[in-house]
Amino acid sequence: MIDQHRIAFKEEASELLVELESSLLELEKFPDDKELIAKVFRALHTIKGSSGMFGYDDITMFTHDVESIFDFVRSGKYAVNKELIDITLRSLDYIKAMLEDDASKILSEMTEAKELIQAFRNIANSVKGTVQTPKGKTGVIPEVIESSNQSTYYIRFKPFEDIFMSGTNPVFLINELRGLGSAKIRANISSFPHYSDFNPEKSYTVWNIILSSSKSLDTIKDVFIFVEDDAELVVLKIDDKASPLDEVGEKLFFNEIDAATDYSEKNIKSIYSVFTLNQQINFAKTKDIERTDNTRTHQEVEAVSSLRVSADKVDHLVNLVGELVTLQAQLTSAANLSGIVNLMNISESVERITWDLRDSALNIRMLPIGTTFGKFNRLIRDLSRDLGKEVELIAEGAETELDKTVIEKISDPLIHLLRNSLDHGIESPEVRIAAGKNRVGKIKLKAFQSGGNVIIQITDDGAGVDKEAVRKKAIASGVLPPETELTESELFSLVFSAGFSTAAEITNVSGRGVGMDVVKRAIDGLRGSIEMKSVQGVGTTISLKIPLTLAIIDGLLIQVADEYFILALSSVEECIELTSKDTEASHGRNIVSVRGEIVPHIRLREFFQFPGEKPDIEQVVIVGINGNRIGFTVDSVVGQHQTVLKTLGALYRNIEGISGATILGDGRIALMLDVQKLSELEEKEEKTQVA
Amino acid sequence: MPKCIMTADDSASVRQMIAFTLTEAGYDVVEACDGRDALSKIDSKKVDMLITDLNMPHLDGIGLIKEVRKKAQYKFIPIIMLTTESQQEKKLEGKSAGASGWIVKPFKPEQLISVIKKVLP
Repeated sequence: MIDQHRIAFKEEASELLVELESSLLELEKFPDDKELIAKVFRALHTIKGSSGMFGYDDITMFTHDVESIFDFVRSGKYAVNKELIDITLRSLDYIKAMLEDDASKILSEMTEAKELIQAFRNIANSVKGTVQTPKGKTGVIPEVIESSNQSTYYIRFKPFEDIFMSGTNPVFLINELRGLGSAKIRANISSFPHYSDFNPEKSYTVWNIILSSSKSLDTIKDVFIFVEDDAELVVLKIDDKASPLDEVGEKLFFNEIDAATDYSEKNIKSIYSVFTLNQQINFAKTKDIERTDNTRTHQEVEAVSSLRVSADKVDHLVNLVGELVTLQAQLTSAANLSGIVNLMNISESVERITWDLRDSALNIRMLPIGTTFGKFNRLIRDLSRDLGKEVELIAEGAETELDKTVIEKISDPLIHLLRNSLDHGIESPEVRIAAGKNRVGKIKLKAFQSGGNVIIQITDDGAGVDKEAVRKKAIASGVLPPETELTESELFSLVFSAGFSTAAEITNVSGRGVGMDVVKRAIDGLRGSIEMKSVQGVGTTISLKIPLTLAIIDGLLIQVADEYFILALSSVEECIELTSKDTEASHGRNIVSVRGEIVPHIRLREFFQFPGEKPDIEQVVIVGINGNRIGFTVDSVVGQHQTVLKTLGALYRNIEGISGATILGDGRIALMLDVQKLSELEEKEEKTQVA
Repeated sequence: MPKCIMTADDSASVRQMIAFTLTEAGYDVVEACDGRDALSKIDSKKVDMLITDLNMPHLDGIGLIKEVRKKAQYKFIPIIMLTTESQQEKKLEGKSAGASGWIVKPFKPEQLISVIKKVLP
């Protein structure tokens, strides 16, 4: 009979091989065609799966290696190339030979087969560590050598309530246990609900079983193999011989078990031993079992302590939480409007949980920044060799955590900055020795958390920046009008403007004047800021200030005329009142005095040219930018707002001073202000007015 | 009345082997060549159990299980998936879609019967 099936399989496999061949040739022309890749994979998979069933184990083994490569291709880890098509086609020929049972051909092509397998494994190794060989062929009937001696097992089986949903009937499993030996079974139905709450589609029973059987522990565990994840299950070997319990002993044992909460091997054994007539316990043995048990729980704990989840899933979760935060704000405002106390209480609880949820969801995406730091060592090593410099890279605070998307975006700017330090900062060994410095230069990369931000500092002990050179260069390239007086930080900020470079000659490392403004733009994109400090001859420090996360931030909601705006709360220092008297006292200039300090402020009403009269008492929100303080004058400060940032559409994305938008509780939109950009714009305007 | 088992597999030889084994064991068998075919046939028969492959064209095994579980009359029938992948991942995906258990290919006829005995009275 089986021969007939073999013939059927052979026919089918031959068809599949022909189909595979044409798919592969097609794939060579269109290497990115997902449909084709899936088709090839499915065909290989079927050949592998069926061949073993009809006795072609050699085909199964051989096809496994081919299939695993196409699994990589399917998941995008490996791209289709000519070589792959080539060896796959050759493999098909070999599979055909095996299928024909053509012994002479198989033998003559043995070396070819070995080559092919090696080629596939090489690819697999290049994609990931090792090739898996097929294992766990039979998940159903384990071939275990059964001992003729009987043992006693304790089994506690508590299916989850919804076990019936997977088409499982727990009674069949209990009956299967009966077939394995002599079973004493007690169903505990104490958790049955009152009949009014009883749901016939749910399982409420807990089974406790004492089984005397000659089967192995694994065989008994295998009875429950399908429901391992759908039930609380305890299977323990509690005695090396059949259970001697009589009817009364059983009853007492089960009563004790029903009251127990601890189902560890130790506890169950001690309960059992109380009721068995023979209590001779082999202490050495118990200890041994305990030890193996300990190691097992240890492994289990390790297994659950971390979990691999695809980034997409987490991103999706964060997006959903974002939506939830927005909806929750709407709920709160609707609840408050309704005036229903119960509803307000609930909405408050929901709010609290939503915030916790937001924090945990964002926390999942946090990664230690060290993952990025790691790859810089190689970069510095190669680069310093090319430049003939000696440099040591010291990384500090690699454990500082930052949002995954932020880490990804910050990697390139950091590479730019490190290259710059190495190229412009660190001097050649001869120059360093002449200057009395250590021959080997140091670049320190340091990350630490500060409030809602992470600060990343790159410090080198190189030549420092020549301020006069920066100044001259800025004037020469037209970035700076001549005869302008600049503070140190203003002067250094010029370094980050487009088209600026002080390098005398262009190397392939730096000097084209693109690096620094690209860095600045990237950091701006992350709503971060960049600052440079330098002492000539001593070294340079560049500090990046990056917000911890991009998706959801704490914002300060403000109102001007009928419009709402958001300022990042982390940059707000304080809010003060501005009366019309204060305005008169400043003689038309936009400055306020904050505890004796003069702070300039921008009137958003004028800046955005809103019509209408300003209120008598305005509010000034004082914001810290690059160590300076600047105020934003608004009609009123509404309060803190959980801001789920949305990017603006393509039309509005390039508007200066606005970095995004968010939806308020009542469905209205508030724009997110880019304070740094606004102050720059204002400054520019003032200068043109003065000129 | 003998119990009726539906088997869905795109490989005709595997399907025939299963059908043969089940018929020998006294079951009625309905064959389907993929998930879509299985769905189109399942409503007109009173099926007591489903054995499905996972990798199939048109509608794969996981998709089929999900669809079948949506039908009131098949909410609680046993569903066994055939898989060559012994990876936990695929099993879990199938389980959460509503499968009762699995058989890892290749398997012998007696293994198939023993799994069926586990879930079908």
